[in-house]
Amino acid sequence: MDWRWDFTFEVVVPRLWEAAGITVYATFASFLLALVGGLVLMLLKTSNNRVVSRVVTEFIELIRATPLLVQIFFLFFLLPEVGITLPPLTTGILAIALYNSTLCAEVYRAGLQAVPRGQWEAATALNLSTYRTFRKIIIPQSLPPIIPALGNYLIAIFKETPLLSFVAVGEIMHASKLIGSEYYRFTEAVTIAGIFFLVMSLVSAQLVRLVENYVKRSIQR
Amino acid sequence: MAGRIVAVVALTGFLVGLSFATFSEMRIFLPAMLRGAIVTLQVSVLSALLFFVMSFVAGIAKDSRVVPIRWLAIVYIEVFRGTSLLVQLFWLYFVLPEFGVVLSPMTAGVLGVGLNFGAYGAEIVRGAMAAVPRGQFEASVALNLSEWKRLVRIVIPQAVIVMIPGMTNLTIEMIKATALVSAVTLVDITYASVQQNQLHYRTLEIFTITVMLYYCFAQFVRFAGDALEDRFSRHLGRGH
Repeated sequence: MDWRWDFTFEVVVPRLWEAAGITVYATFASFLLALVGGLVLMLLKTSNNRVVSRVVTEFIELIRATPLLVQIFFLFFLLPEVGITLPPLTTGILAIALYNSTLCAEVYRAGLQAVPRGQWEAATALNLSTYRTFRKIIIPQSLPPIIPALGNYLIAIFKETPLLSFVAVGEIMHASKLIGSEYYRFTEAVTIAGIFFLVMSLVSAQLVRLVENYVKRSIQR
Repeated sequence: MAGRIVAVVALTGFLVGLSFATFSEMRIFLPAMLRGAIVTLQVSVLSALLFFVMSFVAGIAKDSRVVPIRWLAIVYIEVFRGTSLLVQLFWLYFVLPEFGVVLSPMTAGVLGVGLNFGAYGAEIVRGAMAAVPRGQFEASVALNLSEWKRLVRIVIPQAVIVMIPGMTNLTIEMIKATALVSAVTLVDITYASVQQNQLHYRTLEIFTITVMLYYCFAQFVRFAGDALEDRFSRHLGRGH
């Protein structure tokens, strides 16, 4: 084995650093979309219209039972055929957001269900408006179980972004593949990419823990 | 019960559809896709074995009283959960040869997927073992059982029932994750469908079949998980 430090610092690190921006952008863009999409899916799933809720439930099941990579390819090849041409990055973000919004929908639902029924009844008995019921009673109680779960999904999305390299999005994994095939040296590029992911996910796991504690404390007050 | 009906209906519908499709014009790309499905199945079964073994080994080792063993387990779990599966697969296939270890695509794929999910499974195993009531430990100490006997005869049989739902979910996740093995040049169903799509431009048919195949695999695992849970809770006299 020969590890070349000059190659690592002159070629690998600068190019991966450039690509890291796209990884982070894709992570946050799809996380935000998934947060909103999950809310929509959850509302549709718990809707009073039985047809709507049944269809959405099956849709969620189907998305959850199939690999994200297949969905990325599906969107990537299918959208142009129906006349929608998007850049690969956007398609990828949409696919990741769709996949994770089904997971977020379950998280929201579990969070709302964790609020005891008596709380709803008490809010009705006290004649609180719907807005005040949610703002003061329901949301504060359902947040503590939701926040850490969402944080874990943020980390999971971060680790899913390498899949975008399959559709030629220039994120970290794509950059290290390119370096590997240009110089025929995979060792440095892939190892540095791995270390990047390890460090980032350990750090963000700590951040999630901090946010979790903060939410817990601010709600107890 | 509803899950079983869905699984059976999905499977029969799929097989009927498949036999219709074989006699229609889909036969240009179906054989290649089914060959891919077989590769996916092989990778799934082999990495599931590795995944179960690693979950138990790492899950038990993480609570070991011997410090080096515990640290080894923690490092394994953190490293494999902290980095992306795709990076791990690339590392196994393209970087390990630099250290003189050359793996075949199949070995690299199975090792990558199995080790990655073993790290996640370890947490489930550990959690299930921690859920066994403390009195059970104390009773086995009082009965002078050896540590090994306590683990195999007392703790694990009671922990298995707790870990089945989590392990079922994780196994489904794992089957989905095998879609990544195309990165190490294995032609699994995902890669086969991309290839066939580039040859024939039949995106909708090809990817619908792929999605349905994965869905069927997932339903099969759920079916097996439910059956196992039934079996284990029957003998424990719980459930139902």
